[in-house]
Amino acid sequence: MAKRKPKLAVWKFASCDGCQLSLLDCEDELLAVAGAVDIAYFPEASSRMVKGPYDLSLVEGSITTPHDAERIQQVRQSSKHLVTIGACATAGGIQALRNFSDVKEFARIVYARPEYISTLARSTPIAEHVRVDFELRGCPINKHQLLEVINALLHGRKPNTPAHSVCVECKLRGNVCLMVAHGTPCLGPVTHAGCGALCPTYDRGCYGCFGPMETPNTGALNQQLVQLGMTPPEVMRVYRSFNAEAFRKESESHGE
Amino acid sequence: MSVPTDQPAIIERQHFQRLIDALIRKGYRVIGPVVRDGAIVYDELAALDDLPQGWTDEQDGGVYRLKRRADDALFGYAVGPHSWKKFLHPPHLRLWQARRNADGAEFTAETEPPPRFAFIGVRSCELHAIAIQDKVFLQGSYVDPTYQARREQAFIVAVNCGQAGGTCFCVSMNTGPQATFGFDLALTEVIEGDRHYFVAEAGTDRGAELLRELSARQAGDEERRQAAQTVARTAQQMGRTMDTHDIKALLYRNHEHPRWDDVANRCLTCANCTMVCPTCFCTTVEDTTNLTGEHAERWRRWDSCFTLDFSYIHGGSVRVSTKARYRQWMTHKLASWIDQFGTSGCVGCGRCITWCPVGIDITEEVRAIRESEAEQ
Ligand code: SF4
Ligand code: SF4
Ligand code: SF4
Ligand code: SF4
Repeated sequence: MAKRKPKLAVWKFASCDGCQLSLLDCEDELLAVAGAVDIAYFPEASSRMVKGPYDLSLVEGSITTPHDAERIQQVRQSSKHLVTIGACATAGGIQALRNFSDVKEFARIVYARPEYISTLARSTPIAEHVRVDFELRGCPINKHQLLEVINALLHGRKPNTPAHSVCVECKLRGNVCLMVAHGTPCLGPVTHAGCGALCPTYDRGCYGCFGPMETPNTGALNQQLVQLGMTPPEVMRVYRSFNAEAFRKESESHGE
Repeated sequence: MSVPTDQPAIIERQHFQRLIDALIRKGYRVIGPVVRDGAIVYDELAALDDLPQGWTDEQDGGVYRLKRRADDALFGYAVGPHSWKKFLHPPHLRLWQARRNADGAEFTAETEPPPRFAFIGVRSCELHAIAIQDKVFLQGSYVDPTYQARREQAFIVAVNCGQAGGTCFCVSMNTGPQATFGFDLALTEVIEGDRHYFVAEAGTDRGAELLRELSARQAGDEERRQAAQTVARTAQQMGRTMDTHDIKALLYRNHEHPRWDDVANRCLTCANCTMVCPTCFCTTVEDTTNLTGEHAERWRRWDSCFTLDFSYIHGGSVRVSTKARYRQWMTHKLASWIDQFGTSGCVGCGRCITWCPVGIDITEEVRAIRESEAEQ
């Protein structure tokens, strides 16, 4: 007897589409995914749109408009499991930079007719609006982690997505530490693992795109960053990126 | 291991390639120091040119820099970010696979033949670290078969340190700089005027046999004296010291001490220190499935007492605070390890000091606690 395949939906809110693309980027595994689940709603990939309810909803993007604030409620209602994918959905994304200033002011400068712009004062993560079953980090997410989460949900097990530092992944790969050996500033020690230490592997300090690790000691790291030659405003700015809201405390402790 | 069989012999610098060739001929994967990404790491060697000729390192808390040497020494550096545990106790390892069948599941153990390694350039502190991991993996109630297979076959060419690193303290830990056991061959590199040679001492029969194959001639008195002097000089250069007197009791009686809060303010809980430590052995396991649920695998990977998952039991983590995690690590290394395995868990290699991004220094932390007692 054939088991009914779980129905998968992919939703987009305020975001760049990069995380959804990670799913399409699964190339080798995509057929297996399509075999294991019924991709019922995924406008980015297919015009076929099957109505809910869905067993698993992947949600990309943050909430930035009154309309989206309502839409996410409907998504939640029609989903058995809701997983947020990426820094926007999980932490508000780069667009949460608005949370640090006056969005009306931006609209006035940028748009000829600002009264046509319907937007919220803050960009907020999905979990501020509805219950979220699992949050997957990254800007963009790592496709292996996405597969792991889908896999784990399908088989009722815990996903292997450790919350320790990026440094652990760096060391597992045998990388030479950039901070220690080159004096390159790196956010790896305070950043959540998941990317496989992508940037340090290519000789770039970590930008913190997976957001804070389980117990980030940014105060101690910041002192080191300053020793390596960063100015306090630069330290503030490294935390004001994809996870600006999640790293709010750390950027605010390093003012102008 | 059997006692040294032969007198020390001489391998001329220009004949060093013969040693590598002989090991490759015997079927070993030869691993040794190579320069990569601004550090000296351990990787596969094919030729003499791969060795870090003329390079050295400057090390301090949180700082490592490659520097040119004034001479052409092949082993003129101290230990780097890698240790041999990466080969004997691999960071990722598949333990078994399972396939769903009519009766439930069918399990398959890993059957890959273990790699046969020859390590070139193993330092005395590292021999001690390997001996410590031998106790952990081979001498308890449960033997680790992966470690055992790799360890038993490994051919070890030790090198007596010709220069100590800025964070080394093997003299304090009684683990160096002279290799005294656990090697097949031990070399001392000597550069004197325009002479450049290695005084080689066999520690096992297979080491002695290799020396014979290389037709290495016996070392003269002067050459042996030069070698002894080189190591004695290194012993005088230790970048760090640690007073280990009564250290177990010292740490046990200072389980509560303000210094733990102090270090917790500085520690990032990033786990770098445990990853680079040549004796740290902890692992976790991860189970994976494929999408159809027909196939499952169990993987083992290095873990660290600095992660929250490490002490997670039903209901939460036992060591939530950074203080509890740092204290666990340092007390295990220097005190409870002695109760558990009969030796210190620290060999004074200095890696945890150099590779801590914020330069937390285990010797300083011990000193601070010790001195606070003296003040009382
Ligand atoms: S390079 Fe960055 S991520 Fe890698 S170990 Fe060093 S500090 Fe950590
Ligand atoms: S290293 Fe840091 S910035 Fe780079 S991908 Fe990973 S989390 Fe993102
Ligand atoms: S505790 Fe530090 S100095 Fe001691 S063996 Fe480990 S890495 Fe080396
Ligand atoms: S002591 Fe240093 S390397 Fe170890 S966890 Fe703390 S900050 Fe990281």
